[in-house]
Amino acid sequence: MATELKMPALSPTMEEGTLAKWLVKEGDEVKSGDILAEIETDKATMEFEAVDEGKIAKILVPEGTDGVKVGQPIALLAADGEQVQPSPPSGGEGQSSVAAQGGGAAASSARPHPAQPAAESPSPAGGEGKVPAPESAQPTPHLMETAARDLVADVAETRDEPEMPEGTPLVSLTVREALRDAMAEEMRADERVFVLGEEVAEYQGAYKVTQGLLQEFGARRVVDTPITEYGFAGVGTGAAMGGLRPIVEFMTFNFAMQAIDHIINSAAKTNYMSGGQMRCPIVFRGPNGAAARVAAQHSQNYGSWYAHVPGLIVISPYSAADAKGLLKAAIRSPDPVVFLENELLYGQHFDVPQMDDYVLPIGKARIVRPGKDVTIVSYSIGVGVALEAAQELMGQGINAEVIDLRTLRPLDKATVLDSLKRTNRMVVVEEGWPVCSISSEIIAIAMTEGFDDLDAPVLRVTDADVPLPYAANLEKMALIKASEVVEAAKAVCYR
Amino acid sequence: MRETAVARSAKKSAVPTAPEVPEIERPPQPQRYKASKDQMMRLYREMLLIRRFEERAGQLYGLGLIGGFCHLYIGQEAVAVGLQSAMTVGKDSVITGYRDHGHMLAYGIDPKVIMAELTGREAGISKGKGGSMHMFSVDHGFYGGHGIVGAQVPLGTGLAFAHKYREDGGVCLTYMGDGAVNQGQVSEAFNMAKLWDLPVIYAIENNKYAMGTSVNRSHAEPLLYRHGESFRIPGFQVDGMDVLAVRGAADVALKWVRDGKGPIIIEFLTYRYRGHSMSDPAKYRTREEVQEVRENRDPITSAERELESMGVKEEELKAIDKEIKDIVVGAAKFAEEAPEPAPSELYTDVLVESY
Repeated sequence: MATELKMPALSPTMEEGTLAKWLVKEGDEVKSGDILAEIETDKATMEFEAVDEGKIAKILVPEGTDGVKVGQPIALLAADGEQVQPSPPSGGEGQSSVAAQGGGAAASSARPHPAQPAAESPSPAGGEGKVPAPESAQPTPHLMETAARDLVADVAETRDEPEMPEGTPLVSLTVREALRDAMAEEMRADERVFVLGEEVAEYQGAYKVTQGLLQEFGARRVVDTPITEYGFAGVGTGAAMGGLRPIVEFMTFNFAMQAIDHIINSAAKTNYMSGGQMRCPIVFRGPNGAAARVAAQHSQNYGSWYAHVPGLIVISPYSAADAKGLLKAAIRSPDPVVFLENELLYGQHFDVPQMDDYVLPIGKARIVRPGKDVTIVSYSIGVGVALEAAQELMGQGINAEVIDLRTLRPLDKATVLDSLKRTNRMVVVEEGWPVCSISSEIIAIAMTEGFDDLDAPVLRVTDADVPLPYAANLEKMALIKASEVVEAAKAVCYR
Repeated sequence: MRETAVARSAKKSAVPTAPEVPEIERPPQPQRYKASKDQMMRLYREMLLIRRFEERAGQLYGLGLIGGFCHLYIGQEAVAVGLQSAMTVGKDSVITGYRDHGHMLAYGIDPKVIMAELTGREAGISKGKGGSMHMFSVDHGFYGGHGIVGAQVPLGTGLAFAHKYREDGGVCLTYMGDGAVNQGQVSEAFNMAKLWDLPVIYAIENNKYAMGTSVNRSHAEPLLYRHGESFRIPGFQVDGMDVLAVRGAADVALKWVRDGKGPIIIEFLTYRYRGHSMSDPAKYRTREEVQEVRENRDPITSAERELESMGVKEEELKAIDKEIKDIVVGAAKFAEEAPEPAPSELYTDVLVESY
């Protein structure tokens, strides 16, 4: 019996990919470890290795085919000496037509979702925490279980209207592209701006945010560092003190804990300690918060950690437009900025104003959805969850206003309190731990400065107060969900 | 300034000079271990178990059964197997980074509970709460499984501090990759380890690439075994693709440390065949480079040749391969079928006490 080789899942969030190139042909003998094909996800081109030995009996999906689903059979492997009849393959969710079309030219017609990047588009099915019964020899690849997919789905289902002068044309960009454009524009405009970090240059960014910068600006301004966070955060801070405008990328903010001394003791306090003589215009940026199943040491929201520190600016954008406009503002700021991105948002598309110089003000929240019955305050990926909940609440007769804080320090209290004055009810949504958090701060502000406007105690929806577990079912329980926001909003409306 | 100082000392002037510093004491050059047939067979089996286990883990990742990050040890098997064959379980301790599956298998930890951790099941060694990068077995003296590059080095130094403090005769084997060597905390740990002559072996697994950055692009001193010199820690370099060379080095290092001479550094020249993690396209090296190592330096193929020269027949090797495959298939089946953690586990193990 020939074995079906199936499209593998090559990244944590991959759902389909492009079969870019076959490196074997029908009739080739292969052994374990041989590279069979190159497969492109939206992030990278990966090699597909043979696990078993045998002969390539039939190639079912020709090279150049887009939109090949994870789990779809792509070739038949015969055991030694076995004859295989070239019959059409079974299974693959009716996708075998892809195989029959043949040739790269037919490829685009086989692509089911032309607009969305393959790996990060939401799965409408959801795939409730079930594990398929293991089949005898060749179980079918399926999507990795992760609650991150639900978060991304919430984001993808919402629309974002950026702030801009009326009549400005819009272009659809991912958050990843918007961040890169912001850096590139500022580097073109200001010779002092440079990027420093692990894998930012030759590797093109661990999460591809700095893609192309090395090619445009060269190794003098796009600098790969060794794995030495404490060291390069200090080097960046020193360069800022010396008059440059460094952008220090942390591969993730989890690794910035090694460098937090320089961010706080060296960068944040310099201006104050020197009586205003010595500035430190630096941006520390990178992904923050939970990703997909990467467990406790790589899944943490540092928003409140940095927002605690006087002398720092802390920004945590949601949409691509805000990411671009605020990163440009951060790079121009004379103060040290901690810029908290989100890996799950990197691949999401948003409308971004097509302007020569799109810069947004630091310290201003934005009403992303106007409403009158309850105020939902959030930031970063929590905004997607809040918007999804608001949509659901609308169906239940509650018109929620959603506020994206965007900047965590200085916090835009005025926008929050003004909304509270109108709705008299508030829920805070935060993808992070509850204790001593941004939501704690918002609640304190509502209590001390908006007490007379409150018709109910402010509630919050946060991650569970535990280190983020690895297991799929526990991860799902630990992370925020739109349904919890709906419940909280109804509770403060006494519904 | 330096010129002047040299001139002065040459003239033996009366100006006071710094007290004389003795040369760094160094261990003898390690020799390739002379294994009996039985010993060689055991080393071979352990390496093969890691290889097949990791291949299956890669496959389960491709099937969507393993999530998040998953760093495979394929190509580096000889290092963990050779080193840990010399350690004493129950007396010594071991700690490593996130590429940890092989080190656990080399320590005799059940493949089933490791694989079940990779699939995030209750039967996993961390009850499914840790995942690939965060696995521990205190019973075996295996202290993780750490996700932050370099963090295990001060921790391993602390384990060695505990061995010395308790006078239990144990040694801590502390692994790190070439990338970790650049972390500041590694230098800080080196200094304290020598200052207090702690019983620790620092095993640097130099697989040439810290994710996508090669050693030559990230180390001012690319001879990593020399990184302890300014702390007076001796070091040497060993072929990490030859399990007997590794074992020979382990014996020299263990004797050195058990004799109370303090820490030692061994740099193993090794290679990982797969990407840094499952989502690394490995564009920073050529396919030919990988293929060249696989064909000419593979630790398992070399061990097979060694065994054949000892008179082991091909059928015997095939039988071992079959046996190992069955173990791994069994582990994978167990890991796929085991139930997920009970929802109540979300809140357990955060603190030990109730307050």
